[in-house]
Amino acid sequence: MHRIYLLLLLIFISGQSAALQPDSDTQSNSQLSGLLNQLPKTKLRKMAPLIEKISQTKQPQTRAILQFMLDGELYYLRANKQVVHAQSTENNLYELTDVLTQESLTPVKKSRLSKVKTNNRLRSTLRNILAKIDLTDDDKQIRLQAVQQLLSSPSKQSAAIITELIDDETDQDVRALMATTLALQQLKSGSSDEKLIALEQLSGSLEPTVKNEIVSLLENLPNKDLTAEQQILKSQLTNALDEIDNRASFYSAIETVFFGLSLGSVLLLAAIGLAITFGVMGVINMAHGEMIMLGAYTTYVIQLAFPSMIEYSLLIAVPAAFLVSGFVGILIERGVIRFLKGRPLETLLATFGISLVLQQLVRTIFSPLNRQVVSPEWMSGSWQINPIFSLTYNRLYIILFSIFVFVSLLMILKKTSLGLHVRAVSQNRDMARALSIKSDWVDAITFGLGSGIAGVAGVVLSQLTNVGPNLGQAYIIDSFLVVVFGGVGNLWGTLVAAMSLGLTNKFLEPLTGSVLANIIVLVGLVLFIQKRPKGLFPQKGRSAD
Amino acid sequence: MNTSINQDINQNNQQQSLFRSRDPLHLTIGLLFITTILVTIGNLIFAESSAFHVSDYTVSLLGKYLCYALLALAVDLVWGYCGILSLGHGAFFTLGGYAMGMYLMRQIGDRGVYGNPDLPDFMVFLNWTELPWFWAGSNSVIWMVCMVFLGPGLLAFIFGSLAFRSRVSGVYLSIMTQAMTYALMLAFFRNEMGFGGNNGLTDFKEIFGFSLQSPSTKLGLFIATAIALALAYCACHFIVKSKMGRVVTAIRDSESRVRFVGYKPEHYKVWIFVVSAMLAGLAGALYVPQVGIINPGEFSPLNSIEMVIWVAVGGRNSLYGAIIGAIIVSYAKTRFTAIMPEAWLFALGGLFVLVTLLLPKGIAGLLPSIKQKFANTADSVEAKS
Repeated sequence: MHRIYLLLLLIFISGQSAALQPDSDTQSNSQLSGLLNQLPKTKLRKMAPLIEKISQTKQPQTRAILQFMLDGELYYLRANKQVVHAQSTENNLYELTDVLTQESLTPVKKSRLSKVKTNNRLRSTLRNILAKIDLTDDDKQIRLQAVQQLLSSPSKQSAAIITELIDDETDQDVRALMATTLALQQLKSGSSDEKLIALEQLSGSLEPTVKNEIVSLLENLPNKDLTAEQQILKSQLTNALDEIDNRASFYSAIETVFFGLSLGSVLLLAAIGLAITFGVMGVINMAHGEMIMLGAYTTYVIQLAFPSMIEYSLLIAVPAAFLVSGFVGILIERGVIRFLKGRPLETLLATFGISLVLQQLVRTIFSPLNRQVVSPEWMSGSWQINPIFSLTYNRLYIILFSIFVFVSLLMILKKTSLGLHVRAVSQNRDMARALSIKSDWVDAITFGLGSGIAGVAGVVLSQLTNVGPNLGQAYIIDSFLVVVFGGVGNLWGTLVAAMSLGLTNKFLEPLTGSVLANIIVLVGLVLFIQKRPKGLFPQKGRSAD
Repeated sequence: MNTSINQDINQNNQQQSLFRSRDPLHLTIGLLFITTILVTIGNLIFAESSAFHVSDYTVSLLGKYLCYALLALAVDLVWGYCGILSLGHGAFFTLGGYAMGMYLMRQIGDRGVYGNPDLPDFMVFLNWTELPWFWAGSNSVIWMVCMVFLGPGLLAFIFGSLAFRSRVSGVYLSIMTQAMTYALMLAFFRNEMGFGGNNGLTDFKEIFGFSLQSPSTKLGLFIATAIALALAYCACHFIVKSKMGRVVTAIRDSESRVRFVGYKPEHYKVWIFVVSAMLAGLAGALYVPQVGIINPGEFSPLNSIEMVIWVAVGGRNSLYGAIIGAIIVSYAKTRFTAIMPEAWLFALGGLFVLVTLLLPKGIAGLLPSIKQKFANTADSVEAKS
């Protein structure tokens, strides 16, 4: 994006200034157009110097022109020798753009065009020139990518380019990567001594290319009759490989922890609403999963309603989902659950009925198919810490967000008067009523709070999984198990339970596969609850029973 | 005058007590017997054009309903009489079904798609060369019958003794049974389990040498199901009325008092749970040849919940209520899914809410009060005269 704006600006400026005074910019611009005009006429043998000259004009269009030439998309019109960028479209027409002015021209047939000729040698020259342009770009990311490109296909020329540029490089990361590239080249084609030095430098590097190179070198060494030199090389290579593997396994363990935590925070978000309604209030709400689903659909509806504000849609969706699910929750509490107080099994059945109705409602309104919820741009992408280890932003945000929700819920229960009333009612309803707490009102609000948080969980889940009518069902059993495992009525227990379940699941997954890991965790939980029916952190004292 | 009224009331009471203790059993068995006879006659004797003809499709459908009724009986036994709300009876049902399915699978022999005489099709498809150990005896009827009872029974025994010993009860137990069937569903979806994975077991050809396609086999299966239901009903009736059954009912009403009196509630609970699981397994085994397929979808928690609603609708304090509920709800499901499929879940969900709110004792709970009303009006009429 940036570049195009810059380009347009430049074109604009140059167009303006051309009329007033011939400054250096317009000069080189006209120089470029002069050189371009030579392109159709020049023979292949004399092309290389011409390209070199074009590259030295350092115009904003230069890079694009060379790239087009490399990709074989640079043509000229037979009639007037105008150099254009052509792309074939349907019905055999070619879409044309003038390479200098970016103007679109009327599409023409192939017969009216000729390709600007290249051959393999020219292409490699082009590649090097392009690499050089990128390596001297102002943007650090572009430079990094360019080095990355060279690293994946090391050659003598690229080494030469890098040696030329490495001293002028100011950025630490780019410089390190350049050094790695040079060392790799040295390892590949240097003498034995150079190889050893290079190895020392490369040991512990996490670039996949480096590892591949070391492995292939090891394989190419003869199995028997090694010379002393080769033996040293072999032991050094093995050491370097071990070092790389060690570091790689260390990072993959960290990655598993990260995945586990992110799964744990999803579980936490799904379960924490339940920890309020089931844990604190003691109400079984089998429609909890559907509250999550409603939150996810709220996100979908908001994105439909404001298609121009996808970037902010999640920020709107979080409070909206809280309100929608919370409202439905209060309706359920007032309409059904309050008549079933003290009859948990009946509550379970009635709320299950509600969950079926809600599912079918969504199916009727939104169709049974999964709906696509778009991720805003700031949620996508990842934080690349090193070549084999990166944290995806969406998971990172989800972990942070779940902690935020957890802490704010804890604050509500501990510091606000509502929280005080909720705890009072859950501990001793009659005494609380005697102290003029409206227990009915507290019940409704608490239930709404728990359901609303489930809705917020739905917003988060919409970023991770498909949004469909069955979204909630997938989480209801897990959520209940998390709450029971953590100990009913204990928010901290829920946190610990969710995180440890997430971690266990992710650490088992590579060993057993995801489905079996799921089953093992389920069975383990069931066994655990047999052993300690009150969960990890049972409530103590008089309110326990 | 006075004495005659007293006598009348006495008689009435006697009649009522007679009605309560005996008649449900006789009435249910009798109705079942008559229905079976009528369906058989309708299917065999009346021509297809006749209004009294019962089509093969209907016979299969009725057989299916009777399987559900048997299953509902099993759920009622633990929920209505022992207060254990199991949301995992679908697991026992499906396990029984798989035991039967394995037997039927082996009966296909070399008539499968791949024509392998020993291995079922899906194993050939997975490139397995020999039967897994747990398929070893699946060719024999005795093994099948054993597995139909042993599989669910063993699972119920292990689960029950673990859960009841650590005094897991109420909602916790319900959720754990649900987790159990959910875990089994996930497990059976895996191809590696050796039960056909996603597709389950299907394409059955014959049972005990009779072709499953033929109408007479279908009728035979229907009659067999009816007999099984009748026997199961008698057994449940006997269990409920026995001394053990009374302890079980006492556990439902107040577990700790039963414990203080000196009984060990967990033993009784495990026992009734295992019996119920075996009945559910039997229902599954009878169900599979009639519908021709068993797959892991049957494990889904929703199915188990549906069983509970049968019992809730019918009335969980009576055995015949469970049967009535199963048949009514299943019939409604068949009608609804045929006419307007979307409405079924609305109806089912609404049923859950309405029954728990307005009809906690189910249909069977309505009957005595209606009877009472009749008796009262009869009394007042008599008193007037």
